Amino acid sequence: MAEKKEKEALFSPKNMKLITNPLFIDNPITKQVLGICSALAVTVKLEPAIVMALSVTVVTGFGSLIISMLRNSIPNRIRIIVQLVVIAALVILVDQVLKAFSYEVSKQLSVFVGLIITNCIVMGRFEAFAMANKPWPSLLDGIGNGFGYGWILIVVALFRELFGSGTVLGVKLIPDAFYEMGYVNNGLVILPPMALFAVGIIIWIQRARNRSMIED
Amino acid sequence: MNKESNAYIFIYASVMVVLVAILLASANLGLSPYQEKNKQNEKMIKILGSVGIQATPADAEKIYNEHLVKEVVLNTKGEELSVYSKGKFEKGSQRAFDINLKAALKKIVKGEDGALPLFIFEAEGTQYYVIPMFGKGLWGPIYGNMALETDRNTVYGVNFAHDGETPGLGAEIANPPVEGKVVFADQFKQKKIFDEAGNFTSVKVVKGGVKSQTAVLPANGVDAISGSTLTCNGVSAMLNDNLKNYVNYFKNIK
Repeated sequence: MAEKKEKEALFSPKNMKLITNPLFIDNPITKQVLGICSALAVTVKLEPAIVMALSVTVVTGFGSLIISMLRNSIPNRIRIIVQLVVIAALVILVDQVLKAFSYEVSKQLSVFVGLIITNCIVMGRFEAFAMANKPWPSLLDGIGNGFGYGWILIVVALFRELFGSGTVLGVKLIPDAFYEMGYVNNGLVILPPMALFAVGIIIWIQRARNRSMIED
Repeated sequence: MNKESNAYIFIYASVMVVLVAILLASANLGLSPYQEKNKQNEKMIKILGSVGIQATPADAEKIYNEHLVKEVVLNTKGEELSVYSKGKFEKGSQRAFDINLKAALKKIVKGEDGALPLFIFEAEGTQYYVIPMFGKGLWGPIYGNMALETDRNTVYGVNFAHDGETPGLGAEIANPPVEGKVVFADQFKQKKIFDEAGNFTSVKVVKGGVKSQTAVLPANGVDAISGSTLTCNGVSAMLNDNLKNYVNYFKNIK
């Protein structure tokens, strides 16, 4: 019984909002407009996008947790440096693990794993949330923002891989008969500008459906 | 202790850095065997790729051993220092696969004799000689593998890789083969590393195209990539510096 009570407290509506808000109405990419660079760069194929989404979620989640646990001991004057060290350490760990167990993907992601360090989402969440909140809400907030970033990446990558290369996760989806009838893969979709269009369309749909997201 | 005092800040920063260093160092130590294995698989895939054999990380080692006739370690005089074949050494005790090419080339530049790797493969009844290469690009190291046919003169296939050449320009040297398209590496097929008189010329990457000049014979030259002169010069230099070390060996076994 006691355990159940604790769980309810852990996933109270207020805490759940920390995860669900960044998915839609406070999405890091479409609302806060953070992390756009990597959203353009790693979304040509679905697989690297999924790995990138998971990597960022791990870094924002654990990073927020660690920063939140340290928040009362961090000297104010070097707090940015402390945050950077935590991010950098986590990113290097992620990079090492990818190199060991997912070498091909880590080669495709190349510098972008390292560039999670400079991904504004991570720093932004640490500064805005983890420095001022308890560990558990911070962890949820970090994971929520990681997922919020991740699902946009995955949707964009799915669109770009399907229409750009005719495949999904490397499996050919568009049948040969289509190509014989004159269908061609759209080369423009592979290029970075198309990721911007795709993100733009997502922003458009979100704001059309939810008026409260529109800034004055 | 006052959280904002200088002493506290210094101690805090030092302790944090030491802890992070220990964490990262141990992670690196623990994971490096897996990373090494991945690098080895990739090296095997690249070497096999120059002979036109496809392999995946999962079956690279098996396919490599299937097609390998022998690994030879030789010096610039053309003497065999070590021969490894079918899982055992026929001569010497060094595997060509384990040689650090960068260190070996450095020794040769200094005037000492280095130990150079050569791989001999068999595919569909034909023997191929694979020479790994290492050189300088514009921003960092470039490397590659060249497979020669049984005459040890005609290029059968080649592949290149790089660490940090300019995307869209110099980085194009590493473009993987695409069906129906001639990528940079495809141009090397059927080129010769010796001229008609039998002198070593290497294969040169010619700025402005082979057709526009007469200094390099069409059989010994390929077209450079527009906008990446320095990377292409690096490729030319790499081919020359690596291949020349094998000339004596090839002449000896003729």
